[in-house]
Amino acid sequence: MKNLKYLLLRRVTQIGLMFLYFAANAYGWHILEGTFGSSKLFGLIPLADPYTTLQVLSAGFLLGADVLVGALLITLFYMIVGGRAFCSWVCPINMVTDLANWLRRKLKLDKEEVNYRFLKRRTRYWIMVLGLIVSAVVGIAAFEAISPITIMQRGIIFGFGAGVSIIVAIFLFDLFGVRNGWCGHLCPLGAAYSLIGQKSLIRVKHDHEACTNCMECKIVCPENQVLHMINKESISVTDGECTNCGRCIDVCNDDALGFSIRKLNKDS
Amino acid sequence: MANSDNNRRKFMATTLQSVGLTALGGLLWSGYCDEAKASPLVLRPPGALPEEQFLDVCIKCGLCAEACANRESNKNRDGTQREGTLKMAKGGDHKLIGTPYFIPRDVPCYMCDDIPCVPVCPSEALDMKSLLNEKEELDINKAQMGLAVVHKESCVAFWGLQCDACYRACPLLDEAITLEYQKNERTGKHAFLLPVVHSDVCTGCGLCEKACITEKPAIFVLPREHSMGKAGDHYVKGWDTKDQQRAGERKLDEIETHNERSQQAPSDYLNREIEY
Amino acid sequence: MALNRRDFLKSAAAATAASAVGIAVPSNLEASANEAQKDWRWDKAACRFCGTGCGIMLATKEGRIVAVKGDPAAPVNRGLNCIKGYFNAKIMYGADRLKTPLLRMNDKGEFDKKGKFKPVSWQRAFDEMEKHAKKALKASGPEGVAVFASGQYTVMEGYAAQKMMKGGFRSNAIDPNARHCMASAVVGFYQTFGIDEPSGCYDDIEITDTIVTWGSNMAEMHPILWSRVTDRKLSNPDKVKVVNIQTYTHRTCDLGDFNIIFSPSTDLAIWNYIAHEIVFNHPEAIDWDFVKENIVFTAGPTNIGYGMRRAGEKSLKDGKYTAKEMETISKEMEKKVSAKEAPALAPYGYKEGDTMKHTAGTLKHWHISFEEYKKSLEPFTLDYVAKIAKGDPNESIESFKKKLKDLAAFYIEKDRKVVSFWTMGMNQHTRGTWVNTLSYNVHFLLNKQALPGNGAFSLTGQPSACGTAREVGTFCHRLPADMMVKNPKHRAKAEKTWGLPAGTLNPVGNQHIMKIHRDIEDGVVKFAWVNVCNAYQDSASASHWIKAAREMDNFIVTSDGYPGISAMVSDLVLPSAMIYEKWGAYGNAERRTQHWRQQVLPVGDAMSDTWQWMEFSKRFTVQDLWGEYTLRNGKKLPNVIEDAKKLGYKEDTTMYEILYKNKGKEYKLDTSKFPQKGYDNSDCAGDSRKVLGGDGKEAKGCGFMVHEYLFEEYASFGRGHGHDLAPFEVYHKVRGLKWPVVDGKETQWRFNVKYDPYAAKAVKESGSKSTHAFYGPLAKNLLQGTLTGPDKSKGKKALKNKAKIFARPYMDPPEMPDENYDTWLCTGRVLEHWHSGTMTMRVPELFRAVPEALCYMNPKDAKAKGVKRGELVWVESRRGKVKARVETRGRNRPPQGLVFVPWFDEKVFINKVCLDATCPMSKQTDYKKCAVKITKA
Repeated sequence: MKNLKYLLLRRVTQIGLMFLYFAANAYGWHILEGTFGSSKLFGLIPLADPYTTLQVLSAGFLLGADVLVGALLITLFYMIVGGRAFCSWVCPINMVTDLANWLRRKLKLDKEEVNYRFLKRRTRYWIMVLGLIVSAVVGIAAFEAISPITIMQRGIIFGFGAGVSIIVAIFLFDLFGVRNGWCGHLCPLGAAYSLIGQKSLIRVKHDHEACTNCMECKIVCPENQVLHMINKESISVTDGECTNCGRCIDVCNDDALGFSIRKLNKDS
Repeated sequence: MANSDNNRRKFMATTLQSVGLTALGGLLWSGYCDEAKASPLVLRPPGALPEEQFLDVCIKCGLCAEACANRESNKNRDGTQREGTLKMAKGGDHKLIGTPYFIPRDVPCYMCDDIPCVPVCPSEALDMKSLLNEKEELDINKAQMGLAVVHKESCVAFWGLQCDACYRACPLLDEAITLEYQKNERTGKHAFLLPVVHSDVCTGCGLCEKACITEKPAIFVLPREHSMGKAGDHYVKGWDTKDQQRAGERKLDEIETHNERSQQAPSDYLNREIEY
Repeated sequence: MALNRRDFLKSAAAATAASAVGIAVPSNLEASANEAQKDWRWDKAACRFCGTGCGIMLATKEGRIVAVKGDPAAPVNRGLNCIKGYFNAKIMYGADRLKTPLLRMNDKGEFDKKGKFKPVSWQRAFDEMEKHAKKALKASGPEGVAVFASGQYTVMEGYAAQKMMKGGFRSNAIDPNARHCMASAVVGFYQTFGIDEPSGCYDDIEITDTIVTWGSNMAEMHPILWSRVTDRKLSNPDKVKVVNIQTYTHRTCDLGDFNIIFSPSTDLAIWNYIAHEIVFNHPEAIDWDFVKENIVFTAGPTNIGYGMRRAGEKSLKDGKYTAKEMETISKEMEKKVSAKEAPALAPYGYKEGDTMKHTAGTLKHWHISFEEYKKSLEPFTLDYVAKIAKGDPNESIESFKKKLKDLAAFYIEKDRKVVSFWTMGMNQHTRGTWVNTLSYNVHFLLNKQALPGNGAFSLTGQPSACGTAREVGTFCHRLPADMMVKNPKHRAKAEKTWGLPAGTLNPVGNQHIMKIHRDIEDGVVKFAWVNVCNAYQDSASASHWIKAAREMDNFIVTSDGYPGISAMVSDLVLPSAMIYEKWGAYGNAERRTQHWRQQVLPVGDAMSDTWQWMEFSKRFTVQDLWGEYTLRNGKKLPNVIEDAKKLGYKEDTTMYEILYKNKGKEYKLDTSKFPQKGYDNSDCAGDSRKVLGGDGKEAKGCGFMVHEYLFEEYASFGRGHGHDLAPFEVYHKVRGLKWPVVDGKETQWRFNVKYDPYAAKAVKESGSKSTHAFYGPLAKNLLQGTLTGPDKSKGKKALKNKAKIFARPYMDPPEMPDENYDTWLCTGRVLEHWHSGTMTMRVPELFRAVPEALCYMNPKDAKAKGVKRGELVWVESRRGKVKARVETRGRNRPPQGLVFVPWFDEKVFINKVCLDATCPMSKQTDYKKCAVKITKA
């Protein structure tokens, strides 16, 4: 029987956070208000999305202090603690793409690995940079104008409207198009968090001794290039693209994977 | 050698293609964003920066809409919450997605005295400073969300009917909307009571538009830049001591005028062959 | 098209041309119709709403009203309307119209007071009504059967209802909602002129130089008249002055040269101040020739209570009123004279701190000398009046005094014409009758009454408060054309006209509308029928009456077009035809009677109230109703069954035959001729819906022209008595006529020899040279005395053709703000909604414009109470509380210490908060003042 501990924990966190955002509007709760772009925690602590903030700044506008402080807080949190955990523990799109991915496996749509010439995992970094350029050229936060993440989040808080179509599009793209297409290839926000979270403390650690090389972890991992050490050496996953989702830990029947705190002296 | 040459050529080609595709994507993306922000007839919350700036600075967090919906003055008698004024643009709304706006005919701005939607704005896209009065207090009367416009042909007051629903609904009654009295020559004894909007006071809250009793409102709010003309800065009303303010700073390097008739230098003009 | 519309218009224009002031009817009124509109039929009607009485035209197509326009030929409005009038075409078509009778029933299909409403047939409905009315008669006699009547009845409905109640049931417990709106004006007219209704007309507006409104938000309540006032002001802004006098600033104040905000109830003092100014400081302004010839001075008792429940009444003894409520109600029996009122009461022998013991309200008054009258005015100096009357604490006393002086100066200025208009502010007043009569005092002293452009004029609230409630007499104490049930001669005349045995009519008429509510609570009235009004939403202290209706052993029926509070409170709900679904007539505030024809068939199984009364009357025979009864006061109503037999009736002759059919059948249905040709007549001929009637068979109508019959019989009471109406058919050709219509001509200014044939006749008979004759016959034989009482030894003095000036002081209302309830509450209407909103709240545009009733409050008060605009507050009195949203900006701007809440919104049920104190003389409720506290909700 597969362990679902981290999956459940993540879902609880994601849904819980979404509910708090929803309740802020629906019931006037002051726990977590706003959206990812900018939020308020306990009606006091500002939080803001660093990439969105960067887009606005690159469009040539100075933002309010709240946003700048908020972006700094978020950056520091993921940089020091969470890594790219936003993508798997917070972002609601993750639930859509996880579902697509799960269905993809169930329907066995991945019999052969396809190599897309221009759709590499690094494409997202291009898009991330491009987003900043377009923001500067057009004068609005370019990714925010199309971001399915906040469209979904606002949809949950304020109602979806026609915005639901972009969510469906991502689902279909990930299901029938490219495996891990959105989160693993395109999303510039994920790219930004990959860069921010490169050096964070919480890391998945591989125990080569215990590993039986079943490769279950690589099957479920949405960024499986980060698991290059499986059955090779006992080190931590240090790649910033790891979302700390913990699915690999869940599916490992050999206790070969687990969360650990990165050792500060032994940098890789 | 040949192999590495080949590789280099392949690498060059791939790079070129990548750059080309990126440029293409960038162009498409820019084009989309440019279109998306071109939705001019949108009414923004009080204190919003000029639309161009607002669209960028607004971080689309929705804190203003949440404050609007959850303000104390938005409760029904049974304690439930009424629909708030501010909506967050969704796909299909044909407005820049995620930005706050309102449609007065559905829910107007009630001009709350404490303006709960503005102080919560983290990005200062809603600018508190623009709403401060002489006493440095937040003053909703300073808001310029839009400007109400009356369509005379469909306004029943201009038919002679006794309506003034807009006038009575106006929170700045007798300041933003006044009644102009006119004799009705047809009946000989019933005055027209005509609503007149004053752009220097009207905040664009839209309570008039909501109250208007015609099928489609005969008074409606448009963003100010779309409902106002502008007289030349070079002319000042001689009978109005305050009007000089309007002329603003006349920049000397912009004093010279240019048009089709003046485009030729005098000598060029004079040296032409004259027809006779 | 039934008749050529051009001819129709021509005749109408010709008929009104003589009297119309202003412009002639435009020559080409023919609307150009497009192809889709070629089957539209246009016909004239009157607007459904206020007392202004605007003429409209309605277009019908395939049995539905599709369009409305203002009638350009109507002299009142010349084709214009306000926004309620604009929606006349929509008011009948709300999706939730009542379409079938609904009865509270249990699962077995039996009537059950606690059951749910379920549809029943008309037959079943009348079965239940018959059963319960008979039960009520058995238990309480005629006093146990009551009707909440209406100023929105058509003339014919009101007449049909009162005939069955007074002639059939011998019950005077029929009283209209007009009691809430016009009763003080009526008693004012009776006491002053001896006859009801205004001397002037709307034409005064175009002629006068000064318009003073007293407790009237005319701009919202009479918008078309207000546009005429505005036009008058516009035509000569320097000469024409407008002054508005009220307890809070409202829309009407916009036009005022200045506005006076007074403390509630002190309008009494302000009127007396103006009279004081005339008598003491400008005696030369008194037209002694006019006064000596036409006026007598009179006084009445001051210790008359406040029309609340009196000690010993059953529900008080039963403890149905809380201690808090009793704090106010106890003032009904006695009170301490306050510092505020003591100076005003000094000439009547009271000083501060005295205990004033109240008797029940009385209309008694006696003749006094001018010197005595002058004595009554003595306290009303500028200093005293300014001190007690200033209503805005933030206004300086100097500014207020200046306004009072300027106001008096306008009245006094020689050759300045002045019209005083008032509405509910002066009528809904615990001293409503007093303040009404005080208005005439000033006009009389200056000879500025009953002259073109001069006069005090009561603006009526409802479309037919004048035409039906007052002229037809659907009040408990009245009979048609100003006759009184108390007067044996009047009863005899009505009995004769109605074909009733002598002694049938009940001489005790005291069950006014609040008394009916109280009698239900006391368990006396056990059957009540609500007609064309919303008696359970519109009455103050509403919780008491609703509780009594729902919890006690009684049967409440409501006939209405839409479900509202009254229907919800009822046991049986009847679907009524609405205004243009029946033939009808209304009479407006300037005595103009206007008729219309049935334009369309009613929706569903709805039937007119006239039809309902006729069907109901079929259930009662001579045997059932005309035996002996003993009334509560011990008086006996004789058994008249034997006398009835002498008139040719049998014991089982139904009231329908006696009251409606006997004489009615002479009025033939003739659909080949004008005005019946081409128009439906559901009441008389049935209609294509084939509704099953009260007998379970298809309702084929009464078979005669009942509308013409009811109108003509009613008119016969007034003809020759200063109340002449034109023949039925004439009203279908003209845009209304102002009665008395003598020799085909209407009357603009009554009591004026030059304009009123009755005044001319009276002067000729008496041989005087007077310009006026106040020929009203009521209370024209008086004792003589002083301010403190009559001296019976001096005997009575006849006052033929004279009007009266009354000495009447200022007195406090029974409930005033104190430390617990620190704020005045004033209630009223808004332009967008009519009364309780049953019609206008269903017009989507009007609902959107004003979806809820707001609590208008001074911003400083709001700040002090810690509430912001838009937040909810409790408005709480000793009687109950409601939640309302605060508005500190906008149309109504009260001074500190007063809030205004309109009553149209059943969700902001403000009448639960209001006090049912009335003018003890007119019994009209004072909705304008009680004490409340405001707390954040």
